[in-house]
Amino acid sequence: MSAIAHPHDHSHGEAHEHHGPPRGITRWLYTTNHKDIGTMYLVFSCIMFFAGGSMAMMIRAELFEPGLQLFNPQFFNSLTTIHGLVMIFGAIMPAFVGLANWLIPMQIGAADMAFPRLNNWSFWLLVPASVLLISGFFVPGGAIASGWTLYPPLSIQQGISMDMSILAIHMMGASSIMGSINIITTILNMRAPGMTLMKMPMFVWAWLITAYLLIAVMPVLAGAITMLLFDRHFGTSFFNAAGGGDPTMFLHIFWFFGHPEVYIMILPAFGIVSQIIPAFARKPLFGYASMVYATASIAILSFIVWGHHMFTVGMPAAGNLFFMYATILIAVPTGVKVFNWISTMWRGSMTFETPMLFAIGFIFLFTIGGFSGLVLALAPVDITLHNTYYVVAHFHYVLVSGALFAIIGAVYFWLPKWTGNMYNETLGKWHFWLSMIGFNVLFFPQHFLGLAGMPRRIPDYALQFAEWNMISSIGAFIFGFTQLIFLYNVITTIRSGKPAEQKPWEGADSLEWTHLPTPAPYHTFEVQPVIK
Amino acid sequence: MHLKHLRALVALAATLPASLAALASYDVDILPPVTPMSQESYNLHWGIMYVCIAIFFIVFGTMFWSIFKHRRSKGAQAAQFHENTTIEILWTIIPFVVLIGMAYPATRTMIEMKDASGADMTVKITAYQWRWGYDYPQEGVHFFSNLSTPRDQIDNYDGAGAAKNDNYLLEVDKPFVVPTGKKIRLLITANDVIHGWYVPQLGVNQYGIPGFIKDAWIQVDKPGIYRGQCSQICGKEHAYMPIVVDARTPEQYAAWVKEEKAKMPPPPAPEPQAAAAPAAQGEAPAAAAAPAGKMSAADLKAAGEKVYTQNCAACHQANGMGLAGTFPPLAAGHAFNAPAAMTKPLQDRGFFKGGKIVEGSPKEHMDIVLHGVPGTAMASWAHLTDEQIAAVITYERGSWGNHGGEVQPSEVAAARKKS
Repeated sequence: MSAIAHPHDHSHGEAHEHHGPPRGITRWLYTTNHKDIGTMYLVFSCIMFFAGGSMAMMIRAELFEPGLQLFNPQFFNSLTTIHGLVMIFGAIMPAFVGLANWLIPMQIGAADMAFPRLNNWSFWLLVPASVLLISGFFVPGGAIASGWTLYPPLSIQQGISMDMSILAIHMMGASSIMGSINIITTILNMRAPGMTLMKMPMFVWAWLITAYLLIAVMPVLAGAITMLLFDRHFGTSFFNAAGGGDPTMFLHIFWFFGHPEVYIMILPAFGIVSQIIPAFARKPLFGYASMVYATASIAILSFIVWGHHMFTVGMPAAGNLFFMYATILIAVPTGVKVFNWISTMWRGSMTFETPMLFAIGFIFLFTIGGFSGLVLALAPVDITLHNTYYVVAHFHYVLVSGALFAIIGAVYFWLPKWTGNMYNETLGKWHFWLSMIGFNVLFFPQHFLGLAGMPRRIPDYALQFAEWNMISSIGAFIFGFTQLIFLYNVITTIRSGKPAEQKPWEGADSLEWTHLPTPAPYHTFEVQPVIK
Repeated sequence: MHLKHLRALVALAATLPASLAALASYDVDILPPVTPMSQESYNLHWGIMYVCIAIFFIVFGTMFWSIFKHRRSKGAQAAQFHENTTIEILWTIIPFVVLIGMAYPATRTMIEMKDASGADMTVKITAYQWRWGYDYPQEGVHFFSNLSTPRDQIDNYDGAGAAKNDNYLLEVDKPFVVPTGKKIRLLITANDVIHGWYVPQLGVNQYGIPGFIKDAWIQVDKPGIYRGQCSQICGKEHAYMPIVVDARTPEQYAAWVKEEKAKMPPPPAPEPQAAAAPAAQGEAPAAAAAPAGKMSAADLKAAGEKVYTQNCAACHQANGMGLAGTFPPLAAGHAFNAPAAMTKPLQDRGFFKGGKIVEGSPKEHMDIVLHGVPGTAMASWAHLTDEQIAAVITYERGSWGNHGGEVQPSEVAAARKKS
C-alpha cells in the first residue's frame, strides 16, 4: 500500500518533476511505474510475435510443396518447437501481462501495482529468458527439436540447447508467478472505495482468475522440467523405464500444467471482449454475474481435463471416459459466454470500429475453434485425429483468432488512452479484413488435412496433401505480411497520430475512460475515487 | 532460401488457379473407414458435426441478424436490459442435455475400442528411430519395415529432384500383412523414444512408449492396402517412417506366412551355412554373391555403402560428418561438440579423444553396431546380417579419410555369439 501512501515519492528517478518520468535508458531499466512496465511488456511481446511469426513463415514456406526444399528436417523441427514456445511464453502471455499492468490499476482506481519493484523484476527476467531460448539456434546441435511439449525420451536426446531452454522456461515461469502474485494482491487490496468485487470490469475479473491458475500450474511445469534436467545430467530415471521410471508420467505432469495454460491464454481474452462488445453496442454487458461464474467454472474445470491430450497414450477406458466427460462439460460455461456476448449485441446500437471488428472476429472464429474442440473431446474421434493437422487448426483457431485477435482488439481499443493519439481507422479496417481472410485461408484447410490423416510436425508430406498445403501457405503469407500494417499503424499513431478525443468510445464505461484524462498521465489515481 | 526455389515458388503461385482446376485431391472428410471401430468413430464425427453445424446457424444467425439490424447507422436505439436468470439457466441446461446425447454413443465406442479380448491373433509392433518392427509370435515371423521412397525424390534442395512416386512417403519395403475378417490384437511399444502407430482408415492411433506395451485391436473386413504414418514427433526423420498395412484374405495370408517363415533363420543361432540366410532381409545382394565367410575388401566396401545409405546416412550423413551436437561424425579427426552424456560413451569405447572423433578398435565398432549405445539415439542394428554389418563397418572404416581396415562376416558372427 506504500505506493498509495506516498504518491509523491521521488525515488523513481533523477528527474524531480512530480508527474513526469525520468529520461534515458535508466527510465526503462529502473522503472517501477505500472504504465512503463506495461509498455515494455507490450513491446517485448510484439518483438516476440514477429520473431515467432517469421518462424511460422519459414515453416509454411517449407510446406508449400512436398519434398524438402529449404531446410533439413532437424532444423524444421527446431522451427516448430521454438515457434510454439516463443508464441506461448514470449508473445501471448507477456501481452496479457502488459495489458494487465496498464489497465488493472486504472480500472480499479489504484495508483500502481502492489509490488512495483517485483513488477520491474518480473519483466526484466523475460528478456534474458527469451535470449536463452532463441540462442539455441546458434549452439552445436541447434535449437531444441522435440516439439514444445518436450516429451522424453526425445527431449533427453537433445543437445545443450535443451538445458538452455529449461533454464529459460524456469525464468519465464518465475516471472509469471511473480506477476500473478502482484496482480492478485493489487486486485484484492487496492480497489477504490466502493469498487466491490462484483463491480469490477470483466478484464479485471478474468485476470484475477487467470493469476490463480498461473500460481497453481507454473510450479508444476517447473517440477516437470527439473526432472528432465535431472534425467539428462544427474543419473535419475524419472522418465526412463529402464530405471523404474515412466515417460507417460511426464505427459501427465506436463498436461496438468498444459491444459490450465490454455485457459491462461484465453481467459484474459474473454475479459477484453467482454469490455469491447458493450462499448460498441452502447449497452451494458448481458449477464455480468453469469460471466464471472462461467469464467470461474472454466478455470476450475481446466484442472481435470488434462488427459484429453493423452487419449492415444493408452490409458484404460475409464481414464479416457473421465477426461472425455470433463472436457465436454467445459463446452457448457464456454457456450454461456458466447450466448451472453451475442445477447449484449442484441438490440444494441452498434458501430464497427476496428476494436469491435476484432471482437466480433474473435467470437466468430473462437467459436469455430470451440466446435473443433468439441469434436476432439469425443475420445474415439480424437484417436482418429490426434496429432494431425486437425489439432493444429483447432488450437490456432482458439489461440490466434482467439487470444491474438483479442490482444489486437485491445491495443486498438486502448491505444488512444495510452498515447493520447488516435490510430488510422482505414488502416485498422484493412488490417482486420486482410487478417480475417488470410487467417481462414491459412487455417481452415488444415482441418481437411487433419481429417485426411496428415500428421503435424512433419517437413514433408504425401502427395494427396499437396493442394491444401499450398493454399494454407498462401494464406499464411497473406496473414503474416498483413501484420506489418498493424505495426505501421501503431508506430505512426504513437509518433504522429491525430490527438484522440477525451472519450473516443461512446459506450466505454470503466474508470480509465470515465475518471481519467486522455492520454492517461504518468501517475494516476494518487487519490482514489469513490465508486457509487 | 535458394533463389532458384524462390522463382519456382512464384511460378507455382502464378499457375495456381489452373492447377487447382486440373488436379487432384481436395479431400474434406475422414478417409473411408475399414474396421468396425473406425466406422463408429466416423459416424460419431458426423454426429457431432451435425450438432455443431446446427448450433453454428442458430448462434451466428442471431449474431449476424443483430449486426445488420441493430446498428447505429440504421438508427437503432440501444436497449438497456442486461440480465435474465431464466434464460441463463436455459442456455446452461439445453447444451448440457445435447452433450449427454453425444457422450452416450461415444462412451459405447470407447469401451469397445479398449476391449482387445478374444483376439484371433496377436502382433507386436515396435517403433524405432526411424522404422517399424513387426513380430508375429504365433507364426514365428518378424521383420522391419522401412521407407522405400528414394532419397532423390525427397531432397529437392537444388531444384525439383526426381519425379515423385504416387505413394511418395507412404511406401515401405515390407508391408505389415494381416488377414481379413480376423480380430487382431496389436501390442505396441517403442525402442528409443515415443512414437505413434497411426493408420487413419483402421481407426488406430496408439503411442508406442519405450519400456511399456500398450494394446489396440483391428479387424479389417476388406482386402486392400491402408497407409499411415508415425503420429508422434520422434526426432529428425519423424516424417519418414510410414506404415503400410496389406490386408489379405486368410488363404493369401497363410501363403504369405509360409513364404516368410521359410526366410526366417532357424531358431538356434545361425551356423556358418547361415550365409545363405541374408535373403531374409530382402536386400543383401553382395553378401549372397560372395563365398561363405570370407569377402574381398572391395566387395565389402561396395555392399557397405548401400547398407550405410539405407540405414546410417539419415543421422551420420552421407559424407560421414554427422550433425553438430546431436549425431557424431564417423570421419576421424573431426570435432564433436556435444554434452558429456553423448561424448562419454564414445570416449569409453575409444572413439573420442580431446574433443575429436578418433578411430576405435574393430571390436568396439562391432559392439556399437550390434548393441547400440544406451541413452543415445544409436540403436542396436543386430537385425542386419553378419555380412551387412561387416560390410558397413568396413565401409565406415575405409571412407572419409579413415584407415581402419576391413572386418569379415565371420568376426561379426563371433562377436554376436559372445554377447
